[in-house]
Amino acid sequence: MAETINMPKLGFDMAEGTLVRWVKQVGENINKGDVLAEIETDKATVEVESPASGVVLQHIVDQGTVVPVNAPIAIVGAAGEKVEAPKPEGGKPAPTEQKPETKAEEKSAPPPVVPTQEKPAATQPAAPTPAPTPAQPPSDGGHIKASPLAKKIARDSNVDLSRVQGTGPGGRVVRKDVEAALTSVQPSAVSRPSTPVAFAQVNVTQEDQVIQTTKLRQAIGRRLVESKQSIPHFYVTHEYKMDALMDLRKQINAYLGDNEKVSVNDFILKAVALTLRQFPNLNATIKGNEVIRFGHVNVGVAVTVPGGLMTVVVKDTDQKMLRQISAEVKAMAGRAREGKVKPDDVDGSTFSTSNLGMYDVEDFIAIINPPEAAILAISSAREVPVVEGGQIKPGWRMKATISVDHRVSDGAEAAQFMQALAGFIENPVRMLV
Amino acid sequence: MAKITMREAISQALMEEMDRDPGVFIMGEEVGVWGGTYAVTKGFYDKYGPDRIKDTPIAENAIIGAAIGAAMVGQRPVAELMTINFAFSAMDYVVNQAPKLHYMFGGQFTVPMVIRAVGGGGRQLGATHSQTPDAVFAHFPGLKVVSPGTPEDAKGLLKSAIRSNDPILFIEHATMYQVRGDVPDGEYLIPIGKSKVQREGKDVTIITYCKGLELSMKAAEELSKEGIEAEIVDLRTLRPLDMEPVLESFKKTNRAIVVEEGWKSYGVGSEITSRIYEEAFDYVDAPILRVAQKEVPLPYNRTLEQAALPQVPDIIAAAKEVLQ
Repeated sequence: MAETINMPKLGFDMAEGTLVRWVKQVGENINKGDVLAEIETDKATVEVESPASGVVLQHIVDQGTVVPVNAPIAIVGAAGEKVEAPKPEGGKPAPTEQKPETKAEEKSAPPPVVPTQEKPAATQPAAPTPAPTPAQPPSDGGHIKASPLAKKIARDSNVDLSRVQGTGPGGRVVRKDVEAALTSVQPSAVSRPSTPVAFAQVNVTQEDQVIQTTKLRQAIGRRLVESKQSIPHFYVTHEYKMDALMDLRKQINAYLGDNEKVSVNDFILKAVALTLRQFPNLNATIKGNEVIRFGHVNVGVAVTVPGGLMTVVVKDTDQKMLRQISAEVKAMAGRAREGKVKPDDVDGSTFSTSNLGMYDVEDFIAIINPPEAAILAISSAREVPVVEGGQIKPGWRMKATISVDHRVSDGAEAAQFMQALAGFIENPVRMLV
Repeated sequence: MAKITMREAISQALMEEMDRDPGVFIMGEEVGVWGGTYAVTKGFYDKYGPDRIKDTPIAENAIIGAAIGAAMVGQRPVAELMTINFAFSAMDYVVNQAPKLHYMFGGQFTVPMVIRAVGGGGRQLGATHSQTPDAVFAHFPGLKVVSPGTPEDAKGLLKSAIRSNDPILFIEHATMYQVRGDVPDGEYLIPIGKSKVQREGKDVTIITYCKGLELSMKAAEELSKEGIEAEIVDLRTLRPLDMEPVLESFKKTNRAIVVEEGWKSYGVGSEITSRIYEEAFDYVDAPILRVAQKEVPLPYNRTLEQAALPQVPDIIAAAKEVLQ
């Protein structure tokens, strides 16, 4: 029985992916779990594994095609099996695609002598150009096909071109389409500028360096502008006594191999997960007038990768042992740095953490990772003078700051969360039982 | 206003300038006793005599070379090339000497010479005598290249060319000598290096010149029947190129085609198109298309020759394509 393989969804906000390479060609044998193709998302290049064993019967889309999530990309089945070919769904040519050439040569019966070497588009009479009208705006993996004039008008009048239906050849957005969008009652197409327009113009001089941002950087920018502009953040900082945790970590690591040693952050992840169980309102997302409290506690960990950062996710963090959390984070962070994360690595976080502890940071705050309701910024554990029983003495302290969506929660709850978190961090043995 | 042929217009321009300035003289193959291959100088020999109407040997490099020398010492020669294809025999003089003498001698010499050359295909003269290599000559700074599409422009531009102190290649089309058009009464001049809107429209801009103007005007009439109003900008001069009316029109229509008789590759259309993209990018609403000759040596066979040359239906199709 042939099985259709679809474009996987690799994150909350993933709408489409580019099929960059077929690893298995049509006719090749494939086992369940083998890598079938590589796809590129805003965040990374990831491998798609085959959910079935058999023979690759068909590639439904070509390499370089931008495919919506859940649209079919390939069929795997038994050798020789006949399959009904599904149409590629809204597959859009990637930016390298040429414009459709007119088929003038065949249709208009040109004089037999002329060995036309060139595309005769412009010179052949009565050449009807096939102008496919796409169902969706022709955005080629982020690039919207629009004439320079259409782009200028859109820019000047704040029209979101991705919402304008193009009627030009190949679905190109042309002037009249933008003008129609402007006059029609379609306020959604007219957007507020996402960045303030009043920024001073930058004059690039010879000494300056101009660097093209990566897709990842652009994705981070988009998400965080959206987060910072639409979510009312508030922040609560708490200082934790780290002496007990540092001691316990030393004891535990003494029994572990070099590759297995647990980090301060692993403890904190576990502590955060256990605390979130007591504060389900912070392990949540808001949707309109409803707060959805997640059933699982999946703590995300921001990882620095070339060109930006990614959040890898420890599933059911609250139920995992410290060593398991540690091993998973190590493995996922490694894959993230190599640009080879698995879909599962980055999907499904319910609360995020960001740790700059290794850079000797006293305190910092983080921007909420939508659609979550809160994020915890963890700074360095440092040995500082502390007052205890009227005496000044050295002690290990660490600050952490939680950023919370005020639509979901208030300062008091956040402060209580931070206090409850201390209950674990400062009594780390609780995390071992 | 009198309606006269292109031939009469050019003939009048030559005669008026010869009458006005004794330094103006004509030289070329069969221009004298025979009256010119295209009968432009018919009667001139009898009127002005052998000193001012000089029949030359069949040696184009000698014709242009001698004209350059005469021009450098103060005469105003009008050298005729029976076809522009013969300019290749005189290529060094046409593109390497005439356009550079003023510059290389630090302005001590001027070369007030006009080369009248007959260009274009469509008369079954074979591959070597039917070319439209205008873009080749327009490539060289220092050489002005003029190619009119109406009798009025031909007369006014040729008179300006003869009075100019720069070397000018004046290209006439072999199939257009019988074209009739209104020409103002009395003396008038048309400045070199000025493009002109020959037909107003709002939907699409057709940029063209010379034979392309004739074809484009016909195409525009056909398009008009379908409700498409084409604006036609006639370049008239390829160098110096006047882009202002082109850009002004394009900013209005946002869509354009360029029509030329020469080959498409590296041609006039390529130049105009690039300039529009460079200077009016934000006004581009569709790719600009070029209508031009097929990339083959022009066939002798009449049917094939016509098929290789740009025709009215090609222009109509291209205009509709950019309007999609």
